[in-house]
Amino acid sequence: MGLKRKDLLTITTLSVEEIELILTTAESLKEVGGRDIKKVPALRGKTVVNLFFEPSTRTRTSFELAAKRLSADVINFSPSTSSVVKGETLIDTARNIESMQADIIVLRHSSPGAAEHLARFVRSSVINAGDGWHEHPTQALLDVYTIKEKKKTVEGLTVVIVGDIAHSRVARSNIAALTKLGAEVRVVAPPTMLPLYVEQLGAKVFFRFEEALIGADVVMMLRLQRERLGRALLPSIREYATLFCLTAERLKLAKPDAIVMHPGPLNRGVEISPSVADSPAAVILDQVSNGVSVRMALMYLLSGSA
Amino acid sequence: MSSTQPERIVMDAQEMSRALSRISHEILERNKGSQDLALVGIRTGGVFLAQRLVTRIQQIEQRDILPIGELDITLYRDDLSIRKDQPEIRKTTIPFNISDLKIVLVDDVLFTGRTIRAALDGLMDLGRPAEIQLAVLVDRGHRQLPIRANYVGKSIPTSREEDVQVFLEELGQVDRVSIITGHTE
Repeated sequence: MGLKRKDLLTITTLSVEEIELILTTAESLKEVGGRDIKKVPALRGKTVVNLFFEPSTRTRTSFELAAKRLSADVINFSPSTSSVVKGETLIDTARNIESMQADIIVLRHSSPGAAEHLARFVRSSVINAGDGWHEHPTQALLDVYTIKEKKKTVEGLTVVIVGDIAHSRVARSNIAALTKLGAEVRVVAPPTMLPLYVEQLGAKVFFRFEEALIGADVVMMLRLQRERLGRALLPSIREYATLFCLTAERLKLAKPDAIVMHPGPLNRGVEISPSVADSPAAVILDQVSNGVSVRMALMYLLSGSA
Repeated sequence: MSSTQPERIVMDAQEMSRALSRISHEILERNKGSQDLALVGIRTGGVFLAQRLVTRIQQIEQRDILPIGELDITLYRDDLSIRKDQPEIRKTTIPFNISDLKIVLVDDVLFTGRTIRAALDGLMDLGRPAEIQLAVLVDRGHRQLPIRANYVGKSIPTSREEDVQVFLEELGQVDRVSIITGHTE
């Protein structure tokens, strides 16, 4: 019943059955996080290496916690403290890690396809924890899990993804996961932030936030990546906030029981107003705790085929 | 699959019902009533048997608050690191604090004892019960660990090549225990 694959690199290549298997396994594993002693022996003796070439606290901690709750040993590698600054290539770094008997390598890298590239060179299972603007499959899985938890099913729901779609691996993975599971996905952003071929991914394009919100079950806000603003995508943050900030007023256009999601970290007052972020409609902290269960499920399911 | 294999019924619905009634009385006798008692069924067969035992015990004792839980032992299996394919994880639902309770663990078939070993570890991770007892519908022998049941529906001598299957109404089957020969698992 495990996943019949060595690695988890993208959502695009996952079947609906595989996604469902990951979600049900995560649901069963969620109970572990509610215990006094939050640990089960399933991955005893296995080694998980977090190889993060980009800064990340949330995702790395989530993977670390997931591995530790399954009793795996965890090593965190980050470039500033490792040999990468001395000029070692990704593959050489990974091979060295593999020689230390790593069973699972969790990779975050700024280059699209880095995880896939790495997976070809090592016997260890590779989990893509974000590769450039390409994919962030575990984020999409935890988002889908959270939607399912709140809405019982994904099929038939209308999900609006708002923000810099073009530079968002979260959006790309989510569009893939949500359309596979039968949701209608709308994307809304300033034209400079929409990728050219977004409709081919199966999403409907909107330019006006208010129009996209009408009848929405789920509103997924993306973080405005301020570090990319040098690329002249926007006249100003204030203009963006005026047009695309999810305010309580705008949220009223969605269904009354709509939920609000955000992958974090929040830019309060930019893409999401504090009153919405702290409202009962926001499931942002559920996303974080579900992330641990989903990553536990993945590591468990991948550990069999290693 | 099983329909093509020869099946020998070793316990029919009536025998099964009587065995469960007897075990219910034995549990009450040994524990001097149902005070501080809780039943935990091991997924999947044990869960339904635990429910049946709880119904009977509540009838005998005239009380309806016996705690019952469901335990999935997959995460505690001793073969996870050597299997190629990971077994499915199902939910563990134990909606009460097991500490200081007398827990009766319920399973359908006692065989090598490895499942019970895993269940004991799983339970211990959830708290510190006062006592753990074991009830099984069938004991088929061939233990690989020093484990013994406190309550046994029926001891059935088998050969290792045979497969003992418990069929339950709750799974849409006719209640019975059968020995299936020629299984290849």
